[in-house]
Amino acid sequence: MAEQVKLTIDGREVHAEKGALLIEVARQNGIEVPAFCYHQDYTLQAACRMCLVEIEKTPKLQVGCTTPVAEGMVVRTDSDLVKKARKGTLEFLLTNHPLDCPVCDKGGECELQDMVFRYGAGESRFVERKVHTDEKQWSPVVFFDAPRCILCYRCVRVCNEGMNVGALGVGNRGVIAEIIPNKHDHLECDECGACIDICPVGALTSGAYRYQTRPWEMEHVGTICTHCGDGCKTTLGVRNDEIMRGNNRDQTGINGEFLCVKGRYAFDFTKHPERLQSPMMKTAKGFEPISWARALTMVGERFSLAKLSHKKFGVIGSNHTTNEENFFLAKFARQGLETKHIDHHRSGDLATFFDALSGKTNALATADDVDKAKGVLVVGADLAQQHPFLAFQARANFRHHHAQVFTVTTGPVREDNYAAASVRVQKGGEVAGAESLRDKLKAAGDLVILFGDAVQGDALRKLIAFGDSLGIPVKYICLVDYANSRGAFDMGLIPRDGGMSREQMLAATDLDVLWVVGANPLKNAKLASHPFMVVQDLFMTETAQQADIVLPAASAYEKNGTVTNTAGQVQKLTRAISVMGTKTDLEIFGQIAKEMGLNLGIWLPDKVFAEIRKSVHGYDISPATLAVSPAPTMPLNGRVAALPGAIQSAGDTLFTSGSLSKYSHTLNSVMEAPGKLYGGER
Amino acid sequence: MTFSPELEKRFTALLTRYPEGRTRSAVIPMLMYAQDETGAITGEVIEEVARRCKVTPLQVDEVVGYYSMLHRKPMGKFHVQVCTNISCLLVGGEELYNHASKTLGIGHKQVTADGQFSLEEVECMGACSWAPAVEINYDFHHHVTPEKLDELIRGLRKSQ
Repeated sequence: MAEQVKLTIDGREVHAEKGALLIEVARQNGIEVPAFCYHQDYTLQAACRMCLVEIEKTPKLQVGCTTPVAEGMVVRTDSDLVKKARKGTLEFLLTNHPLDCPVCDKGGECELQDMVFRYGAGESRFVERKVHTDEKQWSPVVFFDAPRCILCYRCVRVCNEGMNVGALGVGNRGVIAEIIPNKHDHLECDECGACIDICPVGALTSGAYRYQTRPWEMEHVGTICTHCGDGCKTTLGVRNDEIMRGNNRDQTGINGEFLCVKGRYAFDFTKHPERLQSPMMKTAKGFEPISWARALTMVGERFSLAKLSHKKFGVIGSNHTTNEENFFLAKFARQGLETKHIDHHRSGDLATFFDALSGKTNALATADDVDKAKGVLVVGADLAQQHPFLAFQARANFRHHHAQVFTVTTGPVREDNYAAASVRVQKGGEVAGAESLRDKLKAAGDLVILFGDAVQGDALRKLIAFGDSLGIPVKYICLVDYANSRGAFDMGLIPRDGGMSREQMLAATDLDVLWVVGANPLKNAKLASHPFMVVQDLFMTETAQQADIVLPAASAYEKNGTVTNTAGQVQKLTRAISVMGTKTDLEIFGQIAKEMGLNLGIWLPDKVFAEIRKSVHGYDISPATLAVSPAPTMPLNGRVAALPGAIQSAGDTLFTSGSLSKYSHTLNSVMEAPGKLYGGER
Repeated sequence: MTFSPELEKRFTALLTRYPEGRTRSAVIPMLMYAQDETGAITGEVIEEVARRCKVTPLQVDEVVGYYSMLHRKPMGKFHVQVCTNISCLLVGGEELYNHASKTLGIGHKQVTADGQFSLEEVECMGACSWAPAVEINYDFHHHVTPEKLDELIRGLRKSQ
């Protein structure tokens, strides 16, 4: 424990670590020192002068955000002098700031508005004309209104330090100083919107949300983003059953203040006009809407009939649906339909991974470990594109703890910018590339290895043997693509015991029934046989177009349940909205089971999870734990036999996530070609 | 873009002058030298300096925006800078500036039609003891009166 000092704040004696910042110590002791520019995760700026405090024996007021505490310090944060100074600071900040809060998009959740309300500096002694410049649009999602800006540099720092993009700067000086984008009149960046979220005032606003509603008119629903495997918490602002925005309002998720463009804006697929809202049946004239009752009866009858005559069923599950749904579907297929031909799109070799790690403990890293380990090795994955949150964690680790980050990839990646060493390899040479870093990795002390689909099968075993041989604690993350890729595997949507893989099902000539749930296997493939096909999805995908019956499913934002992220952390989904005409996949399964007269248990998420706790290794998590925090990475699933079928990442970028992104207006409106965001610039 | 061999030599020396990994420290001198040779800080110069100092073009742009001695458009061959800050103001700095403006027929940061002269009203140059002060390119002129300024300008005109 670091050396402790004793000091007095507002007459209260407090203990703190020597060298800690006064503002932090005050906050930890429940004393609020207001500040605009200070942010605990980024470099100190001391630009706003809002956190002035009085320190005994110091002639002038000091800024709390850069003053380290010292033994015997006597601080006052509530004296008349301090209050006067804060009021004066606010008066200054308002010199050019328009006083039109009822018009401003930030009204109601603006830090400046709150402070002015508290200190009452609304009336100004300045009589000069306010400097005004017109509002600018920098990208489809980022708007900048210079007069509202108080130049706290938060956006500049979050972009430079947090995102490592550096798309924002400060141009000019004095009264005409303003935030400038990297391409003079527009932004070329990740479009993550972190600058908007961190802006304490209404200077940076979101193109997707601005002037749509007011914060107090929304209900704020914390759920898990459905776009990639990292499992970030996104708080959806909901009004009248419509998602108005996504942000990380309370920063309580594993992702802290981080969210990428998908988590923040790409909820709009839920209200895409092409969203399926009625079951459809293929007829000679094309697809015709039918009632749910009729659709479910038809599916139930066809399934029952096929089962009676021992026909061949194939079931392709989803990497977006919840653990409960995946578990129920796997059970439905194995017990209800008596088939072993079950699979989903697998994007990481989890089977070999678990098998290779069997018998080891503490070998699975969480997202938090990526921020804490002394060394981080990325093998065969473009972290910044495919796993933006884990990339953020690695960067945060480098910034805060001087972690050594290593990359072994086939092409340039953003992590190279700060990596201790980068190795370029040919495809297939990833493990050899990692081995070439042996001494450096060993010297790091402890290590987290993240690897993508480039490392599978024997290469994966070699990588883990290499990790073992380093003689330091090593943890791993097997990177998988989607929100519940990991969960789909854990819940048993896999072709074990001699079942057919996805590819084998598509290629089989004797398939009688194909049931596809939340997947699009026919996007780039053809069916060899002509089975009776049922598809549950949000949209008329390439696969749905070939189905006999299409059932409109609810998205992850429209259901309760749990999902497991790429690091094995189980988190709760909370329903934000309902879309008319759709049903959750779990309910569809339950209804079909009922039609077939099967008893597969109650199809309520909580009940199914109770069953998962009992029967899925590593998922014995109490609802109480799950409600307050993500359950940590589970113990290993033990030996898993090798599975047939291909494992391939979809290779999504920052702006894509399979068919969900195709129907997101916002993701399609950002102009950047993701590949261009890397290399060269620096 | 290419610079003269002398400037290239200067840049190379400049980059070795700072501790390792601190090449960004060379941004301001590099911009000044580049401006002296090319006449103005163009987008091209910004890109080039950013590349050499290993910072983003935006970071160089911030510096250019901040410092008034860095110009995005070419100034005259003789850049006349008149101080009107407090010390100079008290002893006729403003009158001097107005006089210069009238004599040259141009205003703040403007250039004469022949491109020979440009004028700038500047803040304190640290020459308060010899106020009012005028700086023409890199040369300081002290205790300048309107007459003295006319003489200076005449001399410069003749020198070409």
